[in-house]
Amino acid sequence: MSLFQSKLRDIQDRLHKKELSVADLVDESYRRIGEVEDRVKAFLTLNEEGARRRAAELDDRLGDGEAKGLLFGLPAGIKDNIVTRGLRTTCASKLLDNFKPVHHATVMDKLDAAQSITIGKLNMDEFAMGGSNENSAYHVTRNPWNLEHVPGGSSGGSAAAVAAGEVFFALGSDTGGSIRQPAAYCGVVGLKPTYGLVSRFGLVAFASSLDQIGPVTRSVEDAAYVLQAIAGHDPLDSTSANVDIPDYLSALTGDVRGLRIAVPKEYFGEGIDPAVKDAVLTALKVLESQGAVWEEVSMPHNEYAVATYYLLASSEASSNLARFDGVRYGVRSSEAESLLDVFVKSRSEGFGDEVKRRIMLGTYALSSGYYDAYYLKAQKVRTLIKRDFDVVFEKFDLVLGPTAPTPAFKLGAQVDDPLTMYLNDIFSIPVNLAGVPAISVPCGTNAEGLPIGLQLIGRAFDESTVLRAAHAYEQATDHHKQRPNL
Amino acid sequence: MSVTLKDVEHVAKLARLALTDAEKERFTEQLNAILKYAEKLKELDTDSVEPTTHVLPVKNVLREDVARPSWPVEETLAGAPDEEDGQYRVPAVLE
Repeated sequence: MSLFQSKLRDIQDRLHKKELSVADLVDESYRRIGEVEDRVKAFLTLNEEGARRRAAELDDRLGDGEAKGLLFGLPAGIKDNIVTRGLRTTCASKLLDNFKPVHHATVMDKLDAAQSITIGKLNMDEFAMGGSNENSAYHVTRNPWNLEHVPGGSSGGSAAAVAAGEVFFALGSDTGGSIRQPAAYCGVVGLKPTYGLVSRFGLVAFASSLDQIGPVTRSVEDAAYVLQAIAGHDPLDSTSANVDIPDYLSALTGDVRGLRIAVPKEYFGEGIDPAVKDAVLTALKVLESQGAVWEEVSMPHNEYAVATYYLLASSEASSNLARFDGVRYGVRSSEAESLLDVFVKSRSEGFGDEVKRRIMLGTYALSSGYYDAYYLKAQKVRTLIKRDFDVVFEKFDLVLGPTAPTPAFKLGAQVDDPLTMYLNDIFSIPVNLAGVPAISVPCGTNAEGLPIGLQLIGRAFDESTVLRAAHAYEQATDHHKQRPNL
Repeated sequence: MSVTLKDVEHVAKLARLALTDAEKERFTEQLNAILKYAEKLKELDTDSVEPTTHVLPVKNVLREDVARPSWPVEETLAGAPDEEDGQYRVPAVLE
């Protein structure tokens, strides 16, 4: 059995007792990558030399008693839109094929302080735009449970690498469900923190008012450890919240007695796969048997979330992606003769189809004459969606539903139909629009053995309750212990 | 409201993208489908609703106006597509 089937605490106990070295863990990570990566294809860049050097340093600290980091010695994979000093960061785009950042994202400084080890950079949909990983400019990552199916997106590389046991944990980013949906498809845990809890400094921006970095792990407890390490105010990020960070681990009591859960009827209507509905309602019964109470509620603006999201996210993307012009970094078109040519040809050759489509949609929605009808209207509907959550959270502690309406679909099945692909995010998008935290935990499989995700949504900055309920559920079931047969 | 091929050409120009004829046709069709779906938002009366730009109250982050060391010029320019004398080099704008 892979070392990475163990819990974080067990691995760290063995490190501190010197039954294991950090170098052993790094060896295990690259051994597993060698064994499965030609099939899974989760990585874009490996950091083998850097990881082994860091492992030697950390093993020395074990001898010095300086091994106090929360994530000491643990091999991590990093989504390739999080900048890593000196380590290639492409956002899965040809435009950044040669980009080596001069600085770390704040989360990378925090992981360094917590003493984890960066094994490599993980595949994604280009600039985090997509729900299947098929929009990577390099290769398609496959779902470890069935290689003919997508791993989800845009953090598909992160979820697949964790599910395949290539790394102990990964970081992803979630703009409309991009941590939770691939976590659901790959049978792992994915947490989108409250907007502003984790610094976005050094995350290559897609939609700045929605993007949030979060952990992908094999258990809720491990997610709590990673969140503890990366959460906190950052003066370098003007959207970072200055709030006290609680002890997330102490929230994992296993006790959900009296917890009030809202179950929106809109989450179980048309379009939901019957196996997903069954698995999620069975999970609700588990929480009920543990002492939680629940009621059906209505969140009437849920059906407007996808349209709202695609107008807002594309508008923000069209602005954020203006910085990619072939002048200061990245790849410049060799055909460019004038300065305007540098911009136009570098962008046209460098961006893929989905990125161009969203830039076009966003530019259109923000253009003169259409701003009020599309962008401003979407911002107003965002207020209504956020109010739905405010109303529910006056009475309830959590909202429960599916993470995605179906399990992972087949590669190529939705690639020519952007609207259908966008609708996969119908249950995850409202969470980003409202800025609240949510987790996806495995809650079963369909008849083909593909994983299904349960989503628990909490109040802003109440990650403790989200983690508490998810952990309690996990203790009562063994879905999170199931592993793909690779 | 529907997007024409001419609109797509105009928007591409604003977005600094050069599209092939096939891309123009495809995007015209796809943007129409997406915007038609977005028309759904018109069902809602939002006249008295304030827009939400951001879920948190966001304010400028200011610091004292004190000079601090920056990233070394050589490192910053190491990834530049073209550079000369410590500067980014681009085709001349003026003859």
